[in-house]
Amino acid sequence: MIETITIVSGHGKDGTPEAVDQLELRMGDVVSIVGPTGSGKTTLINDIELFADGTTPTGRRVLINGAAPPDEYRENPANHPIALITQHTTFLSDLPVGEFLATHARIRSKTERDVEALLEETLEFANQLTGEPIQTEMRMTELSGGQTRALLIADATIICDTPIVLLDEVENAGIHRTRALELLRRRRKIFIFVTHDPRIALLSDYRIVMRGGKIADVLYTDAAERAYAHEVSKLDDALCILRDKIRHGERLTGHLLEVFACN
Amino acid sequence: MQLAICAGPATTGKTSVLRHMIKKLLAQGYRPAFLKIDVQYAEEDIQLFKEFGIPTRKVYSGELCPDHCNVMVLGDALEWARECGCDVLLVETAGLCLRCSPYVTGGLGMVVLEATSGMNLPLKVGPMLSLADVAVVTKIDRVSQAEREVFRARIQDVAPSVRIREVNALYGIGIDPLVRLLEEAPAAHAGMELRGNPPVGTCTICVGKKNIGWREHFGVVRSLETDIFYQGE
Repeated sequence: MIETITIVSGHGKDGTPEAVDQLELRMGDVVSIVGPTGSGKTTLINDIELFADGTTPTGRRVLINGAAPPDEYRENPANHPIALITQHTTFLSDLPVGEFLATHARIRSKTERDVEALLEETLEFANQLTGEPIQTEMRMTELSGGQTRALLIADATIICDTPIVLLDEVENAGIHRTRALELLRRRRKIFIFVTHDPRIALLSDYRIVMRGGKIADVLYTDAAERAYAHEVSKLDDALCILRDKIRHGERLTGHLLEVFACN
Repeated sequence: MQLAICAGPATTGKTSVLRHMIKKLLAQGYRPAFLKIDVQYAEEDIQLFKEFGIPTRKVYSGELCPDHCNVMVLGDALEWARECGCDVLLVETAGLCLRCSPYVTGGLGMVVLEATSGMNLPLKVGPMLSLADVAVVTKIDRVSQAEREVFRARIQDVAPSVRIREVNALYGIGIDPLVRLLEEAPAAHAGMELRGNPPVGTCTICVGKKNIGWREHFGVVRSLETDIFYQGE
Protein backbone atom coordinates (compact mmCIF):
# COMPACT_ATOMS: atom_id res chain seq x y z
CA MET A 1 0.00 0.00 0.00
CA ILE A 2 1.28 3.42 -0.91
CA GLU A 3 1.13 5.85 1.99
CA THR A 4 3.54 8.60 0.93
CA ILE A 5 5.45 10.00 -2.02
CA THR A 6 8.59 11.93 -1.14
CA ILE A 7 10.14 14.45 -3.48
CA VAL A 8 13.79 14.73 -2.51
CA SER A 9 14.63 18.12 -3.90
CA GLY A 10 17.09 18.91 -6.66
CA HIS A 11 17.99 22.22 -8.21
CA GLY A 12 16.61 24.93 -10.48
CA LYS A 13 17.67 25.86 -13.99
CA ASP A 14 20.54 27.96 -12.54
CA GLY A 15 21.77 25.08 -10.40
CA THR A 16 20.68 26.61 -7.07
CA PRO A 17 18.90 24.32 -4.61
CA GLU A 18 15.15 24.19 -4.04
CA ALA A 19 13.54 25.94 -1.07
CA VAL A 20 12.72 22.71 0.76
CA ASP A 21 15.00 19.71 1.27
CA GLN A 22 12.20 17.30 0.72
CA LEU A 23 8.46 17.25 0.50
CA GLU A 24 6.27 14.41 1.65
CA LEU A 25 2.86 13.94 0.04
CA ARG A 26 0.52 11.75 2.08
CA MET A 27 -2.30 9.51 0.93
CA GLY A 28 -5.46 11.62 0.73
CA ASP A 29 -3.64 14.89 0.04
CA VAL A 30 -4.95 17.21 -2.64
CA VAL A 31 -2.03 19.31 -3.83
CA SER A 32 -1.68 22.11 -6.38
CA ILE A 33 1.46 23.03 -8.24
CA VAL A 34 1.43 26.72 -9.20
CA GLY A 35 3.84 29.09 -10.94
CA PRO A 36 4.27 31.10 -14.13
CA THR A 37 4.70 29.46 -17.54
CA GLY A 38 8.16 27.94 -17.82
CA SER A 39 8.67 27.79 -14.05
CA GLY A 40 9.00 24.01 -14.03
CA LYS A 41 5.51 22.77 -13.10
CA THR A 42 5.27 20.19 -15.84
CA THR A 43 8.86 19.09 -15.27
CA LEU A 44 8.00 18.42 -11.63
CA ILE A 45 5.09 16.14 -12.50
CA ASN A 46 7.19 14.42 -15.15
CA ASP A 47 9.78 13.75 -12.44
CA ILE A 48 7.08 12.26 -10.23
CA GLU A 49 5.46 10.26 -13.01
CA LEU A 50 8.63 8.50 -14.13
CA PHE A 51 10.15 8.19 -10.62
CA ALA A 52 13.14 10.47 -11.12
CA ASP A 53 16.21 8.93 -9.54
CA GLY A 54 18.66 11.82 -9.45
CA THR A 55 19.49 11.59 -13.15
CA THR A 56 16.86 13.89 -14.65
CA PRO A 57 17.78 17.51 -15.46
CA THR A 58 16.49 18.66 -12.04
CA GLY A 59 18.44 16.09 -10.02
CA ARG A 60 15.30 15.25 -8.01
CA ARG A 61 14.58 11.86 -6.56
CA VAL A 62 11.11 10.47 -5.97
CA LEU A 63 10.55 7.93 -3.19
CA ILE A 64 7.54 5.78 -2.45
CA ASN A 65 6.94 5.07 1.23
CA GLY A 66 10.37 6.54 1.91
CA ALA A 67 12.30 4.17 -0.35
CA ALA A 68 13.26 3.92 -4.03
CA PRO A 69 10.20 2.69 -5.97
CA PRO A 70 10.26 -1.07 -6.54
CA ASP A 71 11.39 -2.27 -9.98
CA GLU A 72 8.05 -3.97 -10.49
CA TYR A 73 6.48 -0.58 -11.27
CA ARG A 74 8.69 -0.51 -14.35
CA GLU A 75 8.73 -4.25 -14.98
CA ASN A 76 4.99 -4.65 -14.91
CA PRO A 77 3.33 -1.48 -16.07
CA ALA A 78 -0.05 -2.75 -14.88
CA ASN A 79 1.26 -2.14 -11.36
CA HIS A 80 2.27 1.42 -12.11
CA PRO A 81 0.65 3.49 -9.35
CA ILE A 82 0.33 6.80 -11.19
CA ALA A 83 -2.23 8.04 -13.70
CA LEU A 84 -1.31 11.17 -15.65
CA ILE A 85 -3.67 13.53 -17.44
CA THR A 86 -1.96 16.43 -19.20
CA GLN A 87 -3.12 19.37 -21.25
CA HIS A 88 -2.11 17.43 -24.38
CA THR A 89 -3.73 14.21 -23.29
CA THR A 90 -6.55 13.11 -25.51
CA PHE A 91 -8.34 10.04 -26.75
CA LEU A 92 -7.14 8.86 -30.14
CA SER A 93 -9.47 5.93 -30.42
CA ASP A 94 -12.67 6.37 -32.37
CA LEU A 95 -14.46 3.43 -30.75
CA PRO A 96 -17.84 4.00 -29.14
CA VAL A 97 -17.44 5.13 -25.50
CA GLY A 98 -18.87 1.91 -24.03
CA GLU A 99 -16.64 -0.35 -26.09
CA PHE A 100 -13.57 1.75 -25.35
CA LEU A 101 -14.12 1.78 -21.59
CA ALA A 102 -14.86 -1.95 -21.61
CA THR A 103 -11.54 -2.63 -23.40
CA HIS A 104 -9.73 -0.70 -20.71
CA ALA A 105 -11.73 -2.22 -17.85
CA ARG A 106 -11.06 -5.73 -19.16
CA ILE A 107 -7.29 -5.38 -18.85
CA ARG A 108 -7.78 -4.07 -15.33
CA SER A 109 -10.30 -6.54 -13.93
CA LYS A 110 -11.24 -10.16 -14.09
CA THR A 111 -14.92 -10.69 -14.67
CA GLU A 112 -17.42 -9.29 -17.16
CA ARG A 113 -19.66 -8.29 -14.27
CA ASP A 114 -16.87 -6.07 -12.91
CA VAL A 115 -16.48 -4.58 -16.36
CA GLU A 116 -20.18 -3.69 -16.52
CA ALA A 117 -20.12 -2.13 -13.06
CA LEU A 118 -16.92 -0.16 -13.73
CA LEU A 119 -18.33 1.13 -16.98
CA GLU A 120 -21.50 2.36 -15.35
CA GLU A 121 -19.66 3.98 -12.45
CA THR A 122 -17.20 5.71 -14.79
CA LEU A 123 -19.94 7.21 -16.94
CA GLU A 124 -21.89 8.35 -13.91
CA PHE A 125 -18.77 10.02 -12.49
CA ALA A 126 -17.93 11.69 -15.81
CA ASN A 127 -21.47 12.94 -16.26
CA GLN A 128 -21.33 14.74 -12.94
CA LEU A 129 -18.38 16.73 -14.23
CA THR A 130 -19.77 17.78 -17.58
CA GLY A 131 -22.90 19.67 -18.54
CA GLU A 132 -23.49 17.56 -21.65
CA PRO A 133 -24.13 13.93 -20.76
CA ILE A 134 -21.91 11.30 -22.37
CA GLN A 135 -23.76 8.28 -23.83
CA THR A 136 -22.20 4.85 -24.23
CA GLU A 137 -22.88 4.74 -27.97
CA MET A 138 -21.15 8.08 -28.74
CA ARG A 139 -17.82 7.80 -30.52
CA MET A 140 -14.81 8.85 -28.49
CA THR A 141 -13.67 11.31 -31.15
CA GLU A 142 -17.11 12.97 -31.19
CA LEU A 143 -16.86 14.03 -27.55
CA SER A 144 -16.49 17.74 -26.82
CA GLY A 145 -13.46 19.12 -24.99
CA GLY A 146 -15.37 19.16 -21.69
CA GLN A 147 -16.72 15.64 -22.15
CA THR A 148 -13.25 14.36 -23.05
CA ARG A 149 -11.66 15.91 -19.95
CA ALA A 150 -14.47 14.59 -17.75
CA LEU A 151 -14.10 11.09 -19.15
CA LEU A 152 -10.30 11.17 -18.83
CA ILE A 153 -10.61 12.04 -15.15
CA ALA A 154 -13.37 9.50 -14.51
CA ASP A 155 -11.46 6.74 -16.30
CA ALA A 156 -8.22 7.46 -14.42
CA THR A 157 -10.04 7.64 -11.09
CA ILE A 158 -12.35 4.65 -11.40
CA ILE A 159 -11.00 2.17 -13.94
CA CYS A 160 -7.27 2.77 -13.41
CA ASP A 161 -7.94 3.40 -9.75
CA THR A 162 -4.27 4.24 -9.23
CA PRO A 163 -3.36 5.61 -5.80
CA ILE A 164 -1.80 8.71 -7.37
CA VAL A 165 -3.40 10.92 -10.04
CA LEU A 166 -1.55 13.80 -11.73
CA LEU A 167 -3.65 16.40 -13.53
CA ASP A 168 -1.83 18.99 -15.63
CA GLU A 169 -3.98 22.08 -16.27
CA VAL A 170 -7.28 20.32 -16.65
CA GLU A 171 -9.29 23.41 -15.81
CA ASN A 172 -9.35 24.90 -19.28
CA ALA A 173 -11.96 22.58 -20.65
CA GLY A 174 -15.30 23.37 -19.06
CA ILE A 175 -15.76 20.82 -16.28
CA HIS A 176 -17.43 21.49 -12.94
CA ARG A 177 -14.30 21.99 -10.87
CA THR A 178 -15.88 22.26 -7.41
CA ARG A 179 -17.89 19.12 -8.10
CA ALA A 180 -14.74 17.39 -9.39
CA LEU A 181 -12.81 18.25 -6.24
CA GLU A 182 -15.72 17.08 -4.08
CA LEU A 183 -15.97 13.74 -5.88
CA LEU A 184 -12.21 13.21 -5.96
CA ARG A 185 -11.87 13.95 -2.24
CA ARG A 186 -14.16 11.02 -1.45
CA ARG A 187 -11.50 8.68 -2.80
CA ARG A 188 -8.37 8.04 -0.82
CA LYS A 189 -5.71 8.99 -3.32
CA ILE A 190 -3.04 11.60 -3.77
CA PHE A 191 -4.26 14.16 -6.31
CA ILE A 192 -1.73 16.59 -7.75
CA PHE A 193 -3.05 19.46 -9.89
CA VAL A 194 -0.84 21.67 -12.01
CA THR A 195 -3.05 24.72 -12.10
CA HIS A 196 -3.50 28.44 -12.62
CA ASP A 197 -7.02 28.27 -11.22
CA PRO A 198 -7.59 30.02 -7.87
CA ARG A 199 -10.61 27.80 -7.25
CA ILE A 200 -8.62 24.57 -7.49
CA ALA A 201 -5.66 26.07 -5.63
CA LEU A 202 -7.83 27.13 -2.68
CA LEU A 203 -9.63 23.80 -2.50
CA SER A 204 -6.24 22.04 -2.22
CA ASP A 205 -4.58 21.23 1.09
CA TYR A 206 -1.45 23.06 0.03
CA ARG A 207 0.25 24.41 -3.05
CA ILE A 208 3.77 24.00 -4.27
CA VAL A 209 5.06 27.27 -5.72
CA MET A 210 7.48 26.90 -8.65
CA ARG A 211 9.95 29.52 -9.85
CA GLY A 212 12.95 29.23 -12.18
CA GLY A 213 12.61 25.46 -12.42
CA LYS A 214 12.63 24.83 -8.69
CA ILE A 215 10.29 24.57 -5.72
CA ALA A 216 10.32 28.11 -4.30
CA ASP A 217 7.76 27.70 -1.53
CA VAL A 218 5.04 25.49 -0.09
CA LEU A 219 1.90 27.31 1.03
CA TYR A 220 -0.69 25.57 3.17
CA THR A 221 -4.22 26.77 2.58
CA ASP A 222 -4.98 28.67 5.79
CA ALA A 223 -8.30 29.38 7.47
CA ALA A 224 -8.59 32.82 5.88
CA GLU A 225 -8.07 31.35 2.41
CA ARG A 226 -10.57 28.61 3.12
CA ALA A 227 -13.15 31.20 4.07
CA TYR A 228 -12.29 33.13 0.95
CA ALA A 229 -12.58 30.04 -1.25
CA HIS A 230 -16.36 30.38 -1.22
CA GLU A 231 -16.19 33.95 -2.57
CA VAL A 232 -13.72 32.88 -5.22
CA SER A 233 -16.07 30.13 -6.31
CA LYS A 234 -18.92 32.60 -6.60
CA LEU A 235 -16.84 34.96 -8.71
CA ASP A 236 -15.81 32.08 -10.85
CA ASP A 237 -19.43 30.91 -11.19
CA ALA A 238 -20.41 34.39 -12.24
CA LEU A 239 -17.77 34.38 -14.97
CA CYS A 240 -18.96 30.95 -16.05
CA ILE A 241 -22.51 32.25 -16.43
CA LEU A 242 -21.25 35.17 -18.51
CA ARG A 243 -19.19 32.79 -20.62
CA ASP A 244 -22.24 30.60 -21.19
CA LYS A 245 -24.32 33.56 -22.25
CA ILE A 246 -21.69 34.61 -24.77
CA ARG A 247 -21.52 31.03 -25.97
CA HIS A 248 -25.26 30.89 -26.53
CA GLY A 249 -25.29 34.12 -28.51
CA GLU A 250 -26.91 36.25 -25.80
CA ARG A 251 -26.15 39.86 -24.91
CA LEU A 252 -24.58 40.76 -21.57
CA THR A 253 -26.21 43.51 -19.51
CA GLY A 254 -25.01 45.59 -16.58
CA HIS A 255 -27.92 44.12 -14.68
CA LEU A 256 -26.19 40.71 -14.62
CA LEU A 257 -23.14 42.13 -12.91
CA GLU A 258 -25.33 43.77 -10.24
CA VAL A 259 -27.02 40.45 -9.55
CA PHE A 260 -23.63 38.82 -9.03
CA ALA A 261 -22.51 41.64 -6.74
CA CYS A 262 -25.52 41.09 -4.45
CA ASN A 263 -24.93 37.34 -4.14
CA MET B 1 32.18 -3.81 -27.97
CA GLN B 2 28.63 -3.25 -26.68
CA LEU B 3 26.03 -3.01 -29.43
CA ALA B 4 22.49 -1.65 -29.55
CA ILE B 5 20.31 -1.95 -32.61
CA CYS B 6 17.33 0.36 -32.54
CA ALA B 7 14.26 -0.10 -34.71
CA GLY B 8 10.81 1.45 -34.71
CA PRO B 9 8.45 3.19 -37.13
CA ALA B 10 9.34 6.68 -38.42
CA THR B 11 8.86 9.68 -36.06
CA THR B 12 8.52 7.60 -32.88
CA GLY B 13 11.58 9.22 -31.29
CA LYS B 14 14.35 6.69 -31.98
CA THR B 15 16.93 9.46 -32.39
CA SER B 16 15.77 11.30 -29.26
CA VAL B 17 16.05 8.13 -27.19
CA LEU B 18 19.52 7.35 -28.59
CA ARG B 19 20.60 10.96 -28.09
CA HIS B 20 19.80 10.73 -24.38
CA MET B 21 21.52 7.36 -24.19
CA ILE B 22 24.67 8.87 -25.77
CA LYS B 23 24.61 11.65 -23.18
CA LYS B 24 24.39 9.12 -20.34
CA LEU B 25 27.03 6.84 -21.88
CA LEU B 26 29.48 9.73 -22.26
CA ALA B 27 28.85 10.79 -18.65
CA GLN B 28 29.75 7.26 -17.56
CA GLY B 29 33.02 7.31 -19.51
CA TYR B 30 31.98 5.17 -22.48
CA ARG B 31 33.07 6.03 -26.00
CA PRO B 32 30.00 5.54 -28.21
CA ALA B 33 29.86 5.52 -32.03
CA PHE B 34 26.66 5.98 -34.00
CA LEU B 35 25.53 4.50 -37.32
CA LYS B 36 22.30 5.46 -39.07
CA ILE B 37 20.84 3.21 -41.72
CA ASP B 38 18.11 4.74 -43.84
CA VAL B 39 16.60 4.35 -47.26
CA GLN B 40 17.26 7.66 -48.96
CA TYR B 41 17.62 10.50 -46.49
CA ALA B 42 19.00 10.94 -42.98
CA GLU B 43 20.82 13.66 -41.09
CA GLU B 44 20.97 12.14 -37.62
CA ASP B 45 24.69 11.43 -38.08
CA ILE B 46 25.39 15.14 -38.66
CA GLN B 47 23.20 16.26 -35.75
CA LEU B 48 24.75 13.85 -33.27
CA PHE B 49 28.28 14.61 -34.45
CA LYS B 50 27.64 18.32 -33.97
CA GLU B 51 26.19 17.77 -30.54
CA PHE B 52 28.62 15.25 -29.10
CA GLY B 53 31.64 15.13 -31.43
CA ILE B 54 31.48 11.31 -31.41
CA PRO B 55 32.23 9.21 -34.52
CA THR B 56 29.01 9.00 -36.57
CA ARG B 57 28.15 7.88 -40.07
CA LYS B 58 25.25 6.83 -42.24
CA VAL B 59 24.45 4.32 -44.93
CA TYR B 60 21.68 4.67 -47.50
CA SER B 61 20.18 1.34 -48.45
CA GLY B 62 18.56 2.66 -51.62
CA GLU B 63 16.73 -0.15 -53.34
CA LEU B 64 18.06 -2.77 -50.97
CA CYS B 65 15.84 -3.59 -47.98
CA PRO B 66 17.25 -1.45 -45.12
CA ASP B 67 17.23 -4.33 -42.63
CA HIS B 68 19.00 -6.45 -45.24
CA CYS B 69 21.49 -3.60 -45.62
CA ASN B 70 22.04 -3.67 -41.85
CA VAL B 71 23.08 -7.33 -42.03
CA MET B 72 25.46 -6.55 -44.88
CA VAL B 73 27.25 -3.62 -43.24
CA LEU B 74 27.15 -4.51 -39.54
CA GLY B 75 30.43 -6.46 -39.56
CA ASP B 76 32.26 -3.53 -41.17
CA ALA B 77 30.53 -1.08 -38.83
CA LEU B 78 31.77 -2.89 -35.73
CA GLU B 79 35.27 -2.83 -37.23
CA TRP B 80 34.91 0.91 -37.96
CA ALA B 81 33.78 1.64 -34.40
CA ARG B 82 36.71 -0.31 -33.04
CA GLU B 83 39.15 1.61 -35.26
CA CYS B 84 37.65 4.85 -33.96
CA GLY B 85 38.57 3.73 -30.46
CA CYS B 86 34.94 3.26 -29.43
CA ASP B 87 33.51 0.67 -27.05
CA VAL B 88 29.79 1.05 -27.83
CA LEU B 89 28.08 1.05 -31.23
CA LEU B 90 24.54 2.38 -31.52
CA VAL B 91 22.81 1.52 -34.78
CA GLU B 92 19.63 3.36 -35.70
CA THR B 93 17.78 1.55 -38.47
CA ALA B 94 15.19 2.91 -40.87
CA GLY B 95 12.73 0.89 -38.85
CA LEU B 96 9.99 0.55 -41.39
CA CYS B 97 9.62 -3.14 -42.09
CA LEU B 98 6.78 -5.04 -40.45
CA ARG B 99 7.94 -8.41 -41.75
CA CYS B 100 11.42 -8.74 -40.32
CA SER B 101 13.66 -7.21 -37.71
CA PRO B 102 17.25 -5.99 -37.66
CA TYR B 103 18.31 -7.43 -34.26
CA VAL B 104 21.23 -9.85 -34.05
CA THR B 105 22.19 -12.53 -31.55
CA GLY B 106 24.62 -10.19 -29.71
CA GLY B 107 23.92 -6.78 -28.21
CA LEU B 108 20.63 -5.17 -27.29
CA GLY B 109 17.59 -5.06 -29.59
CA MET B 110 15.45 -2.00 -28.95
CA VAL B 111 12.18 -1.09 -30.58
CA VAL B 112 10.85 2.44 -30.06
CA LEU B 113 7.07 2.74 -30.28
CA GLU B 114 4.94 5.81 -29.70
CA ALA B 115 1.87 5.53 -27.53
CA THR B 116 0.08 7.85 -29.95
CA SER B 117 0.12 5.31 -32.75
CA GLY B 118 -3.10 3.64 -31.65
CA MET B 119 -3.97 0.76 -29.34
CA ASN B 120 -3.62 -1.84 -32.09
CA LEU B 121 -0.09 -0.96 -33.16
CA PRO B 122 1.61 -3.62 -30.99
CA LEU B 123 -0.48 -6.21 -32.83
CA LYS B 124 0.71 -4.93 -36.21
CA VAL B 125 4.47 -4.53 -35.96
CA GLY B 126 5.40 -8.22 -35.80
CA PRO B 127 9.05 -9.28 -35.33
CA MET B 128 10.25 -5.69 -34.96
CA LEU B 129 8.58 -5.96 -31.54
CA SER B 130 8.54 -9.65 -30.73
CA LEU B 131 12.27 -10.21 -31.33
CA ALA B 132 13.40 -7.09 -29.44
CA ASP B 133 14.79 -7.20 -25.90
CA VAL B 134 13.09 -4.02 -24.86
CA ALA B 135 10.16 -1.98 -26.13
CA VAL B 136 10.64 1.72 -25.43
CA VAL B 137 7.32 3.58 -25.36
CA THR B 138 7.44 7.32 -26.08
CA LYS B 139 4.88 10.17 -26.15
CA ILE B 140 3.14 8.72 -23.12
CA ASP B 141 1.82 12.09 -21.97
CA ARG B 142 -0.15 12.55 -25.17
CA VAL B 143 -2.67 9.77 -24.80
CA SER B 144 -5.27 8.89 -22.23
CA GLN B 145 -4.26 6.64 -19.38
CA ALA B 146 -6.68 4.10 -20.82
CA GLU B 147 -5.02 3.92 -24.23
CA ARG B 148 -1.60 3.87 -22.63
CA GLU B 149 -2.57 0.89 -20.50
CA VAL B 150 -4.17 -0.97 -23.37
CA PHE B 151 -1.04 -0.26 -25.44
CA ARG B 152 1.19 -1.76 -22.72
CA ALA B 153 -1.10 -4.72 -22.24
CA ARG B 154 -1.11 -5.44 -25.98
CA ILE B 155 2.71 -5.36 -26.05
CA GLN B 156 2.71 -7.86 -23.21
CA ASP B 157 0.14 -10.00 -25.04
CA VAL B 158 2.11 -10.33 -28.28
CA ALA B 159 5.60 -10.22 -26.80
CA PRO B 160 5.51 -11.48 -23.20
CA SER B 161 9.30 -11.72 -22.91
CA VAL B 162 9.99 -8.20 -24.17
CA ARG B 163 10.59 -5.68 -21.40
CA ILE B 164 8.68 -2.45 -21.57
CA ARG B 165 10.21 0.89 -20.65
CA GLU B 166 8.19 4.07 -20.81
CA VAL B 167 10.28 7.16 -21.38
CA ASN B 168 9.91 10.85 -21.86
CA ALA B 169 12.24 11.29 -24.82
CA LEU B 170 11.95 15.08 -24.73
CA TYR B 171 13.16 15.45 -21.15
CA GLY B 172 15.28 12.31 -21.14
CA ILE B 173 13.40 10.72 -18.26
CA GLY B 174 13.50 6.93 -17.95
CA ILE B 175 16.68 6.56 -20.06
CA ASP B 176 18.96 5.11 -17.35
CA PRO B 177 17.33 1.68 -17.34
CA LEU B 178 18.03 1.48 -21.09
CA VAL B 179 21.70 2.22 -20.55
CA ARG B 180 21.77 -0.51 -17.88
CA LEU B 181 20.17 -2.99 -20.28
CA LEU B 182 22.78 -2.08 -22.90
CA GLU B 183 25.58 -2.69 -20.37
CA GLU B 184 24.10 -6.05 -19.37
CA ALA B 185 23.52 -7.25 -22.94
CA PRO B 186 26.00 -9.81 -24.34
CA ALA B 187 28.84 -8.04 -26.15
CA ALA B 188 29.04 -8.12 -29.95
CA HIS B 189 31.05 -11.17 -31.01
CA ALA B 190 32.21 -13.01 -34.10
CA GLY B 191 29.61 -15.36 -35.59
CA MET B 192 26.57 -13.26 -34.67
CA GLU B 193 23.43 -13.98 -36.65
CA LEU B 194 20.20 -12.27 -37.44
CA ARG B 195 17.65 -13.21 -34.74
CA GLY B 196 14.63 -13.75 -36.94
CA ASN B 197 13.96 -15.50 -40.19
CA PRO B 198 13.77 -13.19 -43.16
CA PRO B 199 10.32 -13.04 -44.76
CA VAL B 200 9.32 -14.77 -47.96
CA GLY B 201 10.73 -12.40 -50.53
CA THR B 202 11.15 -14.37 -53.71
CA CYS B 203 8.40 -13.21 -55.98
CA THR B 204 8.32 -12.05 -59.54
CA ILE B 205 7.46 -8.51 -58.37
CA CYS B 206 10.71 -8.41 -56.35
CA VAL B 207 12.64 -9.08 -59.53
CA GLY B 208 10.94 -6.40 -61.53
CA LYS B 209 7.77 -7.80 -63.18
CA LYS B 210 5.30 -5.00 -62.51
CA ASN B 211 2.05 -6.32 -64.00
CA ILE B 212 -1.06 -6.16 -61.82
CA GLY B 213 -2.88 -9.37 -60.81
CA TRP B 214 -1.58 -12.74 -59.69
CA ARG B 215 -2.30 -14.43 -63.03
CA GLU B 216 0.53 -12.32 -64.49
CA HIS B 217 3.04 -13.83 -62.05
CA PHE B 218 4.55 -17.18 -61.10
CA GLY B 219 6.33 -18.64 -58.08
CA VAL B 220 4.90 -17.19 -54.85
CA VAL B 221 1.44 -15.94 -55.86
CA ARG B 222 -1.86 -15.41 -54.09
CA SER B 223 -5.36 -14.40 -55.02
CA LEU B 224 -7.67 -12.31 -52.87
CA GLU B 225 -9.60 -15.44 -51.92
CA THR B 226 -6.55 -17.48 -50.87
CA ASP B 227 -6.29 -17.30 -47.13
CA ILE B 228 -2.69 -18.35 -46.61
CA PHE B 229 -0.57 -16.56 -44.03
CA TYR B 230 2.92 -16.86 -45.51
CA GLN B 231 5.56 -17.49 -42.90
CA GLY B 232 9.33 -17.83 -43.20
CA GLU B 233 10.76 -21.26 -42.38
